[in-house]
Amino acid sequence: MARLQINGATHEVDVPEDMPLLWVLRDVIGLTGTKFGCGIAQCGACTAHVDGKAVRSCVTRVGTVADRGITTIEGIGATPHGRALQNAWLSLQVPQCGYCQPGQIMSAAALLSEVGSPSDAQIDAAMAGNLCRCCTYVRIRKAIKQAAASQATAQRT
Amino acid sequence: MNARVSRRHFLRTGAVGAALVLGFRLYAARPASAETSTAGLAQFTPNAFIRIDSEGGIVLVVDKCEVGQGVYTSLPMLLAEELDADLDQVAIVPSPPNEQLYADPILHLQATGNSTSVRSSWTELRRAGAAARQMLIAAAAAEWRVDPSQCRTERATVIHDGTRRQLGYGALAAAATQQPVPQDPQLKQAEQFKQIGKSPLRVDLPGKVDGAAQYGFDVRLPGMLFATIASSPTFGGKLNSLDDNPARSIKGVRNVVRIGGQGFDVGGYKLHLDDAVAVVAENTWAAQQGLAALEPAWDRGPNAHLGMDDVVRALEAASDRGGLVARHNGDVDKALSTAATRLEARNYMPFLAHAAMEPLSCVADAREDSCEIWTATQVQARAQGIAAQVAGLPPEKVTLHNLISGGAFGRRLELDGIALAVAISKQSGAPVKLVFTREQDIRHDLYRPFYHDRLRAGLDASGKLVAWHHRIVGPSIFARWAPQALRSDGLDPDAVDGAIQMPYAFPNLLVEYVREEPPAIPTAFWRGVGSTHNAWVIESFVDEIAAVAKQDPVQFRRDLLGHAPRALAVLNLAAEKSRWDKALPPRSGRGIALAYAFDTYLATVVEVTLSGAGLVTLQRVVCAVDCGSIVHPDSAIAQIEGGTLFGLSAALWNEVTVRNGRVEQGNFNDYRTIRIDETPEVEVHLVSSREAPGGLGETGTVAAAPALANAIFSATGYRVRQLPIIKSIEELKRRA
Amino acid sequence: MRRIKRSLPLIAAFALSVGPVRSAAAADVRSELLQRGEYLTRAADCVSCHTAPDGEQFAGARAFKLPFGTLYSPNITPDASTGIGRWSDDDFLRAMYEGIGKDGQRLYPAFPYPAYTLLSRDDVLAIKAYLFSLKPVAKVPPRNHLTFPFNMRWLMVFWDWLYNPGQRFEVDASRSPEWNRGAYLVEALGHCGECHTPRNLLYGLDSHKKFAGAVTAGWHAYNITPDRTTGIGGWSEVELARYLSTGDSPHGVAAGPMGEAVDNSLRYLSREDVAAMVTYLRTISPQTSNVPAAHLEGARNGPVSASRLPPADELNRLHASAGVRMFAAACTGCHGWDGRGLAGTRAVNDPEATNLVQVVLKGFHLSAAGGRPNMPGFAAGYADRELADLANYVTGRFGAKTSTLKADDLAKRRSEGD
Repeated sequence: MARLQINGATHEVDVPEDMPLLWVLRDVIGLTGTKFGCGIAQCGACTAHVDGKAVRSCVTRVGTVADRGITTIEGIGATPHGRALQNAWLSLQVPQCGYCQPGQIMSAAALLSEVGSPSDAQIDAAMAGNLCRCCTYVRIRKAIKQAAASQATAQRT
Repeated sequence: MNARVSRRHFLRTGAVGAALVLGFRLYAARPASAETSTAGLAQFTPNAFIRIDSEGGIVLVVDKCEVGQGVYTSLPMLLAEELDADLDQVAIVPSPPNEQLYADPILHLQATGNSTSVRSSWTELRRAGAAARQMLIAAAAAEWRVDPSQCRTERATVIHDGTRRQLGYGALAAAATQQPVPQDPQLKQAEQFKQIGKSPLRVDLPGKVDGAAQYGFDVRLPGMLFATIASSPTFGGKLNSLDDNPARSIKGVRNVVRIGGQGFDVGGYKLHLDDAVAVVAENTWAAQQGLAALEPAWDRGPNAHLGMDDVVRALEAASDRGGLVARHNGDVDKALSTAATRLEARNYMPFLAHAAMEPLSCVADAREDSCEIWTATQVQARAQGIAAQVAGLPPEKVTLHNLISGGAFGRRLELDGIALAVAISKQSGAPVKLVFTREQDIRHDLYRPFYHDRLRAGLDASGKLVAWHHRIVGPSIFARWAPQALRSDGLDPDAVDGAIQMPYAFPNLLVEYVREEPPAIPTAFWRGVGSTHNAWVIESFVDEIAAVAKQDPVQFRRDLLGHAPRALAVLNLAAEKSRWDKALPPRSGRGIALAYAFDTYLATVVEVTLSGAGLVTLQRVVCAVDCGSIVHPDSAIAQIEGGTLFGLSAALWNEVTVRNGRVEQGNFNDYRTIRIDETPEVEVHLVSSREAPGGLGETGTVAAAPALANAIFSATGYRVRQLPIIKSIEELKRRA
Repeated sequence: MRRIKRSLPLIAAFALSVGPVRSAAAADVRSELLQRGEYLTRAADCVSCHTAPDGEQFAGARAFKLPFGTLYSPNITPDASTGIGRWSDDDFLRAMYEGIGKDGQRLYPAFPYPAYTLLSRDDVLAIKAYLFSLKPVAKVPPRNHLTFPFNMRWLMVFWDWLYNPGQRFEVDASRSPEWNRGAYLVEALGHCGECHTPRNLLYGLDSHKKFAGAVTAGWHAYNITPDRTTGIGGWSEVELARYLSTGDSPHGVAAGPMGEAVDNSLRYLSREDVAAMVTYLRTISPQTSNVPAAHLEGARNGPVSASRLPPADELNRLHASAGVRMFAAACTGCHGWDGRGLAGTRAVNDPEATNLVQVVLKGFHLSAAGGRPNMPGFAAGYADRELADLANYVTGRFGAKTSTLKADDLAKRRSEGD
């Protein structure tokens, strides 16, 4: 029995400790916003946060994240970075099929929590692990910059 | 009233709406629910696309699958524009399976594909909206005893300014049902559009940024089990024996299902499924563990030694045969024999997987007397049909909940996932969610065909193109997918799509098609379909001819165009915006491709730099597009941006290869996809137009590969004739 | 020290390790023989070499690319015409002990008869009995392609004089039974030296550098002597035993041929036998080699944070180096920018990046560890230059010394191994 802290709520789950966090979130707890894309940490669709850092939940064993702070796409909107990113994503109409976008936003949120105003190189380094088959990358880049700018503005005012 | 069932038929039963709202709701600001629509309220259902209840709930039906192209917004916009309701006042629901009501006028099937969504719906949905509005006005005018022409509408309300009276559409619903359906409703002029041409927030996007959107992969039902599957590793292999115990001993595993190989025919659509083994469990992880623990003994079957050499050799041999004539103008042989310069080329385009981000998935609940499926399909009626066959039920006993799709690119024109899910549910006696692993998704796809093309051209002494001969060698997708679409002599219109209706005016032209099916490897439509293949071949060869004629590629194309003002305009616009004449640094190049596909004109310029090692860096992409009237310009731009990068990604890296009868690639490590750090700037310039709309979902992809290949030629002098480009890296390294 | 030629007690020990002793009924005797034969066949890892990729087990035809040509393993299923179905016990013993086939032809020492020659007669015949219980498969392997003079099989006579000890294992009575069992497993059945001991110009094992590590077919079989800096002296016994049984360890993971050895052979050994191997390996004489086994003092590979971002100097190189970009895109998902699972392994400490490159090209999947850990291969989608850059980046950042691979090196590595 593992105790998980997800988006501020506590969940007791009876699962093998080597079960990937992804399937615990999706199949056991029912948080399906975190997506399966590859299962080998190549696509980033499963990105979630553990203690504020982005992890690929498809290769993260649930036993390693017990009692640590887990945030998923369902909870990221409660954070200032997450909200700013979601707003920017909508204002630039980033998603097409949308399937990778939870992972994109989670990676971007982890980036913004480290760098308030990321450069192109920083965006590339942090986001290169997130695939988008619709190839919305041009807008993702713009949206991250817009979210960063909106937060900078919010801080000044 | 018209007795014939048609798309505009007056649906009195309301059953369609009631059924379809149940499983899926996607709403703008004002959610409607199944309960409100079935609570015995008066229903105004003037056609298959609009339903208004007496409390003012407006439901618009979308008969296309939302695969990311934005149809859940653009198609309701067409209805809402003429209905005079705003998007925040309507609920949007996907259409149920119904081949009569929802057959696409271009495809003659209930299908989302070939970039027809807006093209097919442009007039029809506006007429549907306008007819409903006219009936609502007529109902109000009758109530008020005023002349309908003195009434106007706005935000789902009929207004009579003279008497300052107004009635909402809900209040008019009952009376409107008594009005005759106008056969020729008046449509708005473009200047009157209030919605079309604007870019409101797509209705599907809020759920796509907070995790709420529900894909097939996300469906959860009470008592649902999770399944994953492994098909015969070789094409046509058989399951010899299987010991279930290693899987059953894993905690959470409930069932091990053997699926025998089988062929299906759904209204002419044919699908073959190989033997497969599925594990059903309490969660996906347990199912995957169970599957990994199994060691099925496969008989590798007749294709155990099949390899790419077999495929290529067969195509090359077939290329020496004469083909079916797809188009013939003038006298090509004579023109070639008298030409001052003659050129020949052979092109090769690989098998490709679709690899949508959402791997194939389907939830099925197959019971004794009914079957429900939750999935995303581009062919709703066929999906119902195959589920019925597998479940052993009449089609009307199958309910389809068509969900949004995490990408499709043609993959969800196929029905394998649905057939398998129903079979597994039936054998397991429970609702089952079947999810493909990425490896199953790539290794058991149906693939974009491997094509081999042979081209010949002749130039006269002045460098003018006088002869063009294109022989296309490859399989026929339509022969399997919709044989009724074949020409009577077997010509596949998809195989020659883009090759017979080029924007150019060639005086002597011969286009031939030789059908050659690859052994055992199933082929299917892939983004851009025939045009993606033919535009690459044609635009590469045109570029090559321009180089031999020592002419600038843009000018050479201008001279070839004849009277094609829309093509000329996008060509010039792309050249201008890309600063075509501006010099580039060493090892850099610009390439252009011009395409006419899905009734859209597109010119794409790609700018590349090569490293000393022959690696290609994409620097900049400029697209000029004339797609006629545009419903949602921002989505139009998004489709061209994404479609172009999708095509560039595939052209740079992708091929599916077969060795010893099995597909070698399996995941994104060996089926590489462009990433953000490899993405160049993409500029899309839309030409303002009032022509009928052209398609956009696939168009960007069509021009991508040739523009890239031509840019590489410009940078290195090396002519890419084989995709993907990474195969030519040794050659590029030498030249760079 | 006195050595006694005595092998039977060992066999009894193996038999005990397989399962409970049964009654003496004839069928059970046969079943025990087959069980023992299966265990020994696995311990000798016959299947790895005698099975082609996608081929049927024991039907041979696996290619071995050697410096002097390509050999194909023969079919050792009991098929009468294409396998070994007509071989007598003596034929089989002669092949295992002397490297001579049924028709008298000299076998090549890709077949490790210089190790199998140490096996007891009973063990060899148990292996034969097991092989003869398998389904016959009719399959003729491709012809060997060897350059002159290596295509002259009779020349192996001289090689055998030099390198085949031609004698059975001798128990060292001064050592524990466990040590002796370990020696028998390592030296004879497991034929570990075939990969882990360097070869000389004549393809003989260099007895002066026993178990010091060697590169074969594109993979580095590391130093397995107890040397603390370049061998396995720093591994605990528990770690070694777990590595042999599952392929997994904090010092690195079994991939390539070692992964196969674990999956096809070592994971089936009893806990006692694995412990015996560890006991024996601890006592072999230490050798120094050129691949450091762990972090070296002063290597610029200190731990970095679990950030989504690389340090500034690497960020600056992001757009200049295909390797850094590829690491960002394809590697950080599991390894992070701090190189989890990389730092301290010999794969990244090897300045030639031999195994690192092979793993990047082909990936690995350890069935023994339940499919975890594993890694996908990147051969198909990436250019030589990108992979060379990646290896140079990874060795420089997480290893002892930056490798300096070029695209051409990668092209060569691609063609090595299977």
